[in-house]
Amino acid sequence: MIPELGQFALILAVLLAGLQAIFGIAGPALGRERWTAAVIPAVAGQFVMVATSMGCLMAAFIGSDFSVAYVAENSNSSLPLFYRIAGVWGAHSGSLLLWIFLLACWTVAVAIGTQRLPRPFAARVLGVLGTISLGFLLYTLLTSNPFLRLDPPWADGQGLNPILQDPGLAVHPPVLYTGYVGLSVAFAFAGAALLEGRLDREWARWTRPWTTTAWAFLTCGIALGSWWAYYTLGWGGFWFWDPVENASFMPWLMGTALIHSLAVTEKRGLFKSWTLLLAVLGFSLSLIGTFLVRSGVLISVHSFVASPGRGEFILTFLVIMIGAALSLYAWRAPKMQSEAGFELSARESFLLFNNILLVTACGTIFAGEMAPIISTALGLGKLSVGPPYFNPTFLVSMLPLLALVPLGMHARWKRGGLGGRGRTLLLALGAAALIGCAVAFGAFTGAGVLSPVGMTLGAWIILSSLIDPIDRLRRRIAIPRAVLGMTIAHIGLGIFVFSMTAVQAFTAEQDVALTTGMSARDGGYTFQFQGIGPDHGPNYGGMKAKMVVTRDGAPVAVMYPAKRTYWVQHMVTTHSAIVIHRGSNILVALGQDLGDGRWSFRLQVRPLVLYIWIGALIMAAGGMIAISDRRYRLEDARETQAAGALAPGGPGS
Amino acid sequence: MMRRAPVGYGLLAALALLAAPLAHAIAPTRMPTPELQARYERLIHNFRCMQCQDESLANSPVSLAADMRRQIRQMLLAGDSDAQIRHFFVSRYGYFILFKPPFVLKTAWLWLAPGVLLVTGAVSAAWVIRRRAALVTNDDNDEGEALDEGLERPGKQR
Repeated sequence: MIPELGQFALILAVLLAGLQAIFGIAGPALGRERWTAAVIPAVAGQFVMVATSMGCLMAAFIGSDFSVAYVAENSNSSLPLFYRIAGVWGAHSGSLLLWIFLLACWTVAVAIGTQRLPRPFAARVLGVLGTISLGFLLYTLLTSNPFLRLDPPWADGQGLNPILQDPGLAVHPPVLYTGYVGLSVAFAFAGAALLEGRLDREWARWTRPWTTTAWAFLTCGIALGSWWAYYTLGWGGFWFWDPVENASFMPWLMGTALIHSLAVTEKRGLFKSWTLLLAVLGFSLSLIGTFLVRSGVLISVHSFVASPGRGEFILTFLVIMIGAALSLYAWRAPKMQSEAGFELSARESFLLFNNILLVTACGTIFAGEMAPIISTALGLGKLSVGPPYFNPTFLVSMLPLLALVPLGMHARWKRGGLGGRGRTLLLALGAAALIGCAVAFGAFTGAGVLSPVGMTLGAWIILSSLIDPIDRLRRRIAIPRAVLGMTIAHIGLGIFVFSMTAVQAFTAEQDVALTTGMSARDGGYTFQFQGIGPDHGPNYGGMKAKMVVTRDGAPVAVMYPAKRTYWVQHMVTTHSAIVIHRGSNILVALGQDLGDGRWSFRLQVRPLVLYIWIGALIMAAGGMIAISDRRYRLEDARETQAAGALAPGGPGS
Repeated sequence: MMRRAPVGYGLLAALALLAAPLAHAIAPTRMPTPELQARYERLIHNFRCMQCQDESLANSPVSLAADMRRQIRQMLLAGDSDAQIRHFFVSRYGYFILFKPPFVLKTAWLWLAPGVLLVTGAVSAAWVIRRRAALVTNDDNDEGEALDEGLERPGKQR
C-alpha cells in the first residue's frame, strides 16, 4: 500500500510540475495574472507530493519491505537503521528521487525568498524550475521507478553496497546533490532574465545569494567525498581525476567563475551576457555529468551497468533544455550590452582573468574527460586519460590564477590601481616566499621545483587576504559581511593550496611485508606489527591488525587497520587506521596474508593533509558569511516599495 | 604527482554498483637501488590495469596485473629504459594502457587544447579590456570611491 501511495504521489507531482512550468512561463508572457499567481500553489503542491513520495520510499526501507524491487536490491534485514535510511539513495532510482526532492526543497525556498521580487520575474524563475523538475520526474517514472513491486517478494534483500556503509558516504550524496541542484536555481534565474529580455544589477543581486549557497554546498560535498575516499579506500589519496570526480569538479569550476562574474554584474552592470552564459554552462555541465555517469560511456569504477534507454532520455532532456537556453541566449544576449568602462588594472580585469582561467581549467578537464569517447567514436583507437595528463594541464591555468588572487582582491574598481596597497602586497609576497622556501627546504626534505612555488602562492593569498581586515580594524571601520566572507573564503583557498603542495611534496609512503613482532620505519615513525585477530560487526566479519607507532622511542599511537568482509555481498573492504600527530596524518592500511605469517601493509605519513579539507570547508563558510550581508536583505525591503515601479518587460539598462 | 586509486569518489559514487573488487593489492616490492625503486613506482602507477575499470597496475588485485608488475621489475633489472618498457607494453596493448596519452597525430588535439583555450581566453580578454578602457572617460555613471569601500549605500541602480 505504501509504495503505491508513493507512486501515486509521484504521478501527481508530474502533473503539478507541468502546471508550475506552464503557469510560470506562459502566465507572465501572456500577461495573465491569474496564471502567474497560480504558480505558488503548484510549487507547494508539488513539494507535498514529492515529499510524500520520498517519505513512502523511506518507509519501505525502514520497514524492510522486500516486495519492492528497489528495497530488495539495496537493503537487508541485518542492515542497521541508519544505513537503511541512507539506502534510499544507495542506487540509481532512489538517488534520482533524492535529486527531485532536493529540487522541490530549493523551489520552495526560492518561492519564499522571491516573494518581494516583481511577480512576473519570480513566476518565471519558478516556471523554469518546474520544467527541470518535470524532466526529472518523467525520467524517474518512465525509466527508473523505485516503487516497482516484486512478485513473489524476496525473503531478504541483497543488502547495501558495503562501500556506502560509512557515515561519510551516507551524508555525502545529499550534500553534493544540494549543491548540484542549486546550480539549477542559478540557471532558472538566468532563464527568467532571458525570458524577460531584461538583466540589470538588481538581477545580479537577487541571484548571488542562491548561487553562492549552491556553490558552498558543492564545495562541502566534494570535500566530504574526497575525505571519504581518503579514509575508506585504503590508499590515502584524496583526488584521483576519476571521470566521476571530474563530473562534479567541472560544475564547481563553472560555479566559482559564476560567483565572481556575478560580483562584476552586480557592482558595475558589466559582463551580463557572460554571466548568463556561465549559469547556462554550469547547469549544462551538471546535466552532462549525470548523463556521462549514467550512460556507461565512461570507463569508471563508478559507472553503472549500461542502460541505453536511460542515457537516451537524459541526452534528449539535455538537448532540449540546453538547446532552448542557448537559443534564447543567442536571441536576447546581444541586446544586453552595457557601456560602462574599466581600466586594465581595475578589479573588473582581474575578475575577467579569473573567469577565463577557471573556464580554461574546466575546458581542459572536459577535453580529458571526453577524449576517450571522442577517440573511440572517430575510430582513432582506445585511449586512457589519467593524472599524468590532468595534473600538468590543470596547473597551466591554476598557477596564474593563484598568482592573480592577491592583486585582484586589492585592485580598485573601474579606474584601477592597488589603492596604495602595492608596497604592502609586495612585502606580503616577500614574507610568503620566505615561509614557502623555509617550509619547502627546511622543515621537510625531498621538495620538488613546484613545492616552494605552491607554498609561496598559498601563503601570499593568506597574508594578502589579511591586509584589508587589519586595515579596517585599525581605522575602526566596520567590515561588511560581504568583504569578511570574501576574505575568509580566500584564506580557505590559501590554506588549501599550501597544504595540497605540502602533501604532494612530503608524503612518505611505502608498502611493507611484516611478521608479528617486526618493525618498519616510515617518515620518521617506527611501526611495530603486534599481531592480527578476527574482527566482527552487525553484518560483517574480518581481520584487524594491531600496530604500535613510536617516534624516537616515544609512543605515538596504537593503530588497528582492518579488512572487513560483508557477508551478504561477499565483498571485502579496507578500513585504514588514521591518527593525526603534529599536523601529519599517519595512515596504516592492512593488505593481505602473504603466507608464512607475513602480512602486507601500506604505511603513509602525510603532513598537513587534514588542512586540504579544512581549507575547502573554510571556503564554503566564507561563501555563507558573504551572503548574510546586509544589502541582500535591505534591498528586499526596499524592493517592496519599488515593486510597483518595475513593470514587467520594462526597459533594460 | 597524485596517485591513481581503484575507486575515486564522486558525484554518483553513492549509486555505484562497483564492478571492481575492493580488496586491493598491497604488494611490497623491493628494488635493489632507490633510483630503480622510484622508476618502478612511477611506471606501475602510469600503466592501466587491462582488466579493471579504472585502476593502475600499482593498485590492481588481479593476477594479470601482478604478472605485468613482475615483467616491469624484470625489465628494469635487465637494464631496460623507461621508454623501452613503455614501448613493450604499448606494442602489446595499445595506447589504452597509458594513463598519459602520447603526443602523436591522433592525440595532439588533446595536448594542444589547454594552450589553445588559454590563448583564446587571453586574446578575448585583451580585446574586452581595450574596448572597456576606451569607455572609462565618457562613462558618466561614476560612483567614485563608493565602489571600493564595500560600504556604498544599497539601492543605487542603473
